[in-house]
Amino acid sequence: MLKLEKRRQPSRAWAWGAPVVAVIATILAGGLLFALDGTDPVAVIRTIFWDPLFGQHASFYRPQLLVKAAPLVLIAIGLSLGFRAGIWNIGAEGQYIIGALTGAGCALAFYPMEGWFIFPLMVICGALGGCLWAMIPAALKVVFGTNEILVSLMLVYVAEKILASMSLGLLKNPEGYGFPGSRNLAQYPSAHNAEIVAGTGMHWGVAAALIAVIFAYVLLNRHLLGFQIRLTGEAPRAARFAGVVPARLVVFCLGASGALAGLAGMFEVAGPSGQISIDFNVGYGFTAIIVAFLGRLHPVGILLAGLLMALTYVGGGISQSAQGLPAATIQMFQGMLLFFLLAFDVLTNYRLRLTRREVA
Amino acid sequence: MDLSAINPVLLVASLIVAAVPFLLAAIGELVAEKSGMLNLGVEGMMITGAICGFAAAVQSGSPLTGFLAAAAGGAALSLLYAFLTLATLANQVASGLALTLFGLGLSSKLGRGYVGIKPPASATLDIPVLSDLPVVGRILFSHDVMVYFSFALVAAVWAFLKYTRAGLILRAVGENHDAAHALGYKVKLIRLMAIAFGGACAGLGGAYISLIRVPQWTEGMTAGAGWIALALVVFASWKPWRVLLGAWLFGGVTVLQLNLQAAGIAIPVEYLSISPYLITILVLVVMSADRSRAPASLGRIFHASQ
Repeated sequence: MLKLEKRRQPSRAWAWGAPVVAVIATILAGGLLFALDGTDPVAVIRTIFWDPLFGQHASFYRPQLLVKAAPLVLIAIGLSLGFRAGIWNIGAEGQYIIGALTGAGCALAFYPMEGWFIFPLMVICGALGGCLWAMIPAALKVVFGTNEILVSLMLVYVAEKILASMSLGLLKNPEGYGFPGSRNLAQYPSAHNAEIVAGTGMHWGVAAALIAVIFAYVLLNRHLLGFQIRLTGEAPRAARFAGVVPARLVVFCLGASGALAGLAGMFEVAGPSGQISIDFNVGYGFTAIIVAFLGRLHPVGILLAGLLMALTYVGGGISQSAQGLPAATIQMFQGMLLFFLLAFDVLTNYRLRLTRREVA
Repeated sequence: MDLSAINPVLLVASLIVAAVPFLLAAIGELVAEKSGMLNLGVEGMMITGAICGFAAAVQSGSPLTGFLAAAAGGAALSLLYAFLTLATLANQVASGLALTLFGLGLSSKLGRGYVGIKPPASATLDIPVLSDLPVVGRILFSHDVMVYFSFALVAAVWAFLKYTRAGLILRAVGENHDAAHALGYKVKLIRLMAIAFGGACAGLGGAYISLIRVPQWTEGMTAGAGWIALALVVFASWKPWRVLLGAWLFGGVTVLQLNLQAAGIAIPVEYLSISPYLITILVLVVMSADRSRAPASLGRIFHASQ
């Protein structure tokens, strides 16, 4: 029978191999799923993974990849810090919404004034909004020991209701003929998160995501705080002896991930989305959880995983129109990816052994 | 605003109905957590149960078949979680989240073509004398069968955990899996069964929403009920009867805010509808003072080295 045997050292090969194997397994299982759905699996897989990069209209889709990857990477970088330390912020979706609301709210407060300082101010407001929203579970965890998973998740639903209320009330476009939704920030030059180089999809959010990757890398590898985060995740007792204050880590990890999620929301509302509307959020906060794990909670890994996940979004979108693939299938596809990853991850710390059944 | 439009008898009667999905999902999760498995996939299993039950009930025309299919669907999905956590020793939090993300996608895929259909109606209990009693009859004796089934399930789980040998073993596995293993109990098998039971109950809870409470199918219709059920288990300090109490509290808040909306109270609808989530947070804060009741092995990975 097959038996798991603990490795003395985690296998480096499998640590990086598991995500690759998981992606391949997901593609195979996904192909089966598409075939059962009555679509040609090879065509669908090619549409999702090949066409956005090298297909006929790739020049149109490549910028879209950056636009989709930026919020995913920004959020996932923040989440990975907490996940490494065993602090589970599941409510990034809520922090993303609140960041978008505070960022857009800041811009709309100045409308129609023009000024160079408006956009930087929006960035600060967006980060602060997301950070404060994440401070709710952080404070409750530190003061009362409340479970941060459930609190941060409940706050997603609260944020969604606030979003609905805002787009129907306070932030509604007064010149919008009664339609729900705010003014379009794309038509407000001082607040518009325009592309840095036109036609590349490279907006300020993409730049922020790259900066976040570098900062996270330096933090985790070269800074005491990063060491404490890793230590707490790998050996909580040793961390206590080393003088790590758990409360400080909780506040930092939740605060940082909240701020980054808030930033992602703010860049999205000021750029690609343009306005606050009832259905503004599309689940980036949840998909980012998959991105964080797929990237092995490592900044560079997350960057690659974010691009791959963006590919499934863009490719899935093309496939929706080309082969009539339902949107839910892509969501399932992403869920499956996390399943396979978690399953193959066991080989990092254990090896499979064939043993004969013995009498106990 | 006209508060007199709210009939207290009807309010209590509908509170009991509103509490059933929370109750079913939470009692299942309680058993899983008692065995040491923290399954955060309740939301995913509920929504999968909701669509499995709905589809089966529409196809067969029988609500009973629907509920059976829902239990089977929820349990089947929970086996994925069991495989990840028991066989491949994956992190329980991550595996549960994966289950929820996958379940939400799966359900909306399965649910295409069922939007806007009405499911077959479930029969309500009608006992000649009891159901006609003035107040008590309306509150206690005029619901559908699932309401009474959920009460019976709570009683059964309570008795199972407290008075049976199997219940004792299950609790032992949850408190100290290494000791239970040393005593020769099959830790993984016991946990597998507890997880499957939790999945079946969550599926039933989801189907109750899509077949009786709403009754129709819309994407994401459980709207966080699974997460509230998880909070309920903490609220109940892992005690079955307190789950019942907690479910009524949440059912009460849900029904009351709907009634206040209907009565046209001056608070905007959006703010009323966040109240169940805020109350959940509040309750968690109050209950988190006492962590001692949690099963000691909750969330820990079990790997028998010998």
